[in-house]
Amino acid sequence: MENKPKKPTPSIKQNHGRHQDPLTRRSNFDEVALGFGLEEAVSEAARCLGCKTRPCEVACPVNVKIPEFVDLVHKEDIGAAASKIFETSLFPAICGRVCPQETYCENACVLKAKFGPVSIGRLERFTADYARNNGLVTPPPCAPDTGKRVACVGSGPTSLAVAAELRKLGHAVTVFEALHEFGGVLSYGIPTFRLPREVVRFEVEMLRRMGVRLLKNVMVGKSITIEELRKDFDIVYIGSGAGLPTPMNAPGEDLVGVYSSNEFLTRVNLMGAYKFPENDTPYYIGKKVVVVGGGNTAMDSARCAMRLGPENVTLMYRRTKAEMPARSEEVENAMEEGIKFEFLTAPVELEGDEKGRLKRVKCVRMALGEPDASGRRRPVPQKGSEFYVEADSLVVAIGSSPNPVIQKTTPGLAANKWGGIIVDEATAKTSLDGIYAGGDVVRGGATVLLAMKDGKAAARAIHEKLSLKGN
Amino acid sequence: MKHDIYSTEGLYRIVEKTELSPTVSRHVIYAPLIAAKAKAGHFVILRAREGGERIPVTLVDWSPDNGTVTVIIQAIGKSTTEMNAFKQGEFFSDVAGPLGTPVEIKKWGTVLGVGGGVGIAELYPIARAYKEAGNKVVSILGARNKELLILEREMAELGEVIVTTDDGSAGKKGLVTDAMKELYAAGQAPDAIFTIGPIIMMKFVAEASRPHNTPTFASLNPIMLDGTGMCGGCRVEIDGKPKFACVDGPMFDAHLTNFDLLMKRTAAYREDEKDSLERYARDHQCRIGLH
Repeated sequence: MENKPKKPTPSIKQNHGRHQDPLTRRSNFDEVALGFGLEEAVSEAARCLGCKTRPCEVACPVNVKIPEFVDLVHKEDIGAAASKIFETSLFPAICGRVCPQETYCENACVLKAKFGPVSIGRLERFTADYARNNGLVTPPPCAPDTGKRVACVGSGPTSLAVAAELRKLGHAVTVFEALHEFGGVLSYGIPTFRLPREVVRFEVEMLRRMGVRLLKNVMVGKSITIEELRKDFDIVYIGSGAGLPTPMNAPGEDLVGVYSSNEFLTRVNLMGAYKFPENDTPYYIGKKVVVVGGGNTAMDSARCAMRLGPENVTLMYRRTKAEMPARSEEVENAMEEGIKFEFLTAPVELEGDEKGRLKRVKCVRMALGEPDASGRRRPVPQKGSEFYVEADSLVVAIGSSPNPVIQKTTPGLAANKWGGIIVDEATAKTSLDGIYAGGDVVRGGATVLLAMKDGKAAARAIHEKLSLKGN
Repeated sequence: MKHDIYSTEGLYRIVEKTELSPTVSRHVIYAPLIAAKAKAGHFVILRAREGGERIPVTLVDWSPDNGTVTVIIQAIGKSTTEMNAFKQGEFFSDVAGPLGTPVEIKKWGTVLGVGGGVGIAELYPIARAYKEAGNKVVSILGARNKELLILEREMAELGEVIVTTDDGSAGKKGLVTDAMKELYAAGQAPDAIFTIGPIIMMKFVAEASRPHNTPTFASLNPIMLDGTGMCGGCRVEIDGKPKFACVDGPMFDAHLTNFDLLMKRTAAYREDEKDSLERYARDHQCRIGLH
């Protein structure tokens, strides 16, 4: 490969990459962000100054060797760039798409203030996609077998990170997944237009190629208990996430047409209901859709709903745009796609017809009062402000908590009052010997990157424990 | 033979398939982990193939020695029609489980099982478990007609069986609740009732036992998606409170169940289900299921 002289060209404006046009994309499930071509990637990579202090790498939750891999992209050695990323993260095509780089690596880039940061996320994604599409991917080498067995419960981001790290260190890893696809929220939650399924499947398949055993259709806590697993494995890591939907507890929530975001997104994404009847799972979406919530799940739900062709989609959030937990990029994307926002509004009652189908939503306007425990100003209902919105579908996306099945079926496993498993922060150890936990089952609904970070940290602690003499 | 419950070798192969009627088939499927853990009242989620939907089906039988589980499927829609077209030696894409909360097995005295249609298959393992726990078992088996009556012989091995059919082609002409009322009138009140079948039947079984205060339990069959408690699609109202049938049930106190809400919620996709089946029948020149 030709070794191009590195000529720093930071003053060229940051290239954010191209996107599907909003009016086109709102009627398909194809990926919105189109990604870099080789030329674009090489020229964006040329902007990197290769800082000795590596602020970007330090800011990355999984510490990807950013300056090195970007340099390899600049040299057009994409296979080597991919291998460089694999040294610390096995999931670059996923992270390059769903990580909020603006708060991590790109926020720390020294070019940020003057010229815009290097598009690190886009480069990571490009590297992974190009390597995958051109057969340049080589799984990282694994240490000789140690004879130690680790069970990972759940196959979401945190378990995948644990499995990758521990397998590299030579331990035998088995991943247990309750659903029929691996990936957790990456498969059932995040829509295909943000994260195509073949990307998730490929990166999970990397684990299998490294010798990780992946078992689907096993729901730990029902199919088999943690205690039973503990007899067959030296360590059990619980990464079962926060998959229990929080209901609104408003009258009428049982009407047909009312979905939890988990059900709606699982139908559309995991089951491919958007392709009904080509796929068998149906969905019900009417002409007028209301989505309740202000997080990324609400944005995903609203944008999925829009793509199913209703007359309109309204997003209701009880605070203002400034307090929304969703990424600002997702909010902008949703607005561009024609989703209407009703801020300072909350549904109080759902009304149906004689067949039990949703007809209209009684709402109330809010005003912001004193800050609550989360530090955000508490919404206060305004007397006499009630009004009605016609709707035949409503998606509740106001949060989730850990599914309590494992906690209930594992005597002695300490959990807090909302079902989160209690762990020692430094080691991810639970109250039971040999049982570790991380990701959303500990944190409550957080982010993919924090779940992966937990997994990497837990893997280090587990490896230390397994390496102790007499273990 | 000892089966490795963590192996993926040969998983979900149909080792034996029997047609019990033109629309009802029994599948014996290789799934050693499920076979090792199954208890009466458990169910599994089946998926025929890639792109297929997830269908909850109650376990009828299981053999840890053979590593197999048995389900009985009635072809009523596209997916079940497609599953029953499977031949011995073919594979289900997915079988997840065992799921749900097993039925609490204890000594009641006389247990009355009331099964309707394919619900008889789901009643069987529960009746068997009660029999093994020392209860006297009496069953009322209801079907539309003689052809749809299944497992009569197996149920008879557990105790007295009363058969009712809508058209009188087998047993007594009439409804299962008629037979229940006769039992009460004859002074043969049971100590507990377990009912599995169409929602409307379970609702009337509950109404028939309510004046007698007989503890009555119904296996509810709402629409399910994941079957693991993550979506709430299967939520039912028990004693005015929401419960997830997939993890808290599917068996609940029938006297506290809101059957009317359950009926409304199970009708949600009726049009889509009809479309899907019609399309399948057209593509496969299938004569089953459409009348």
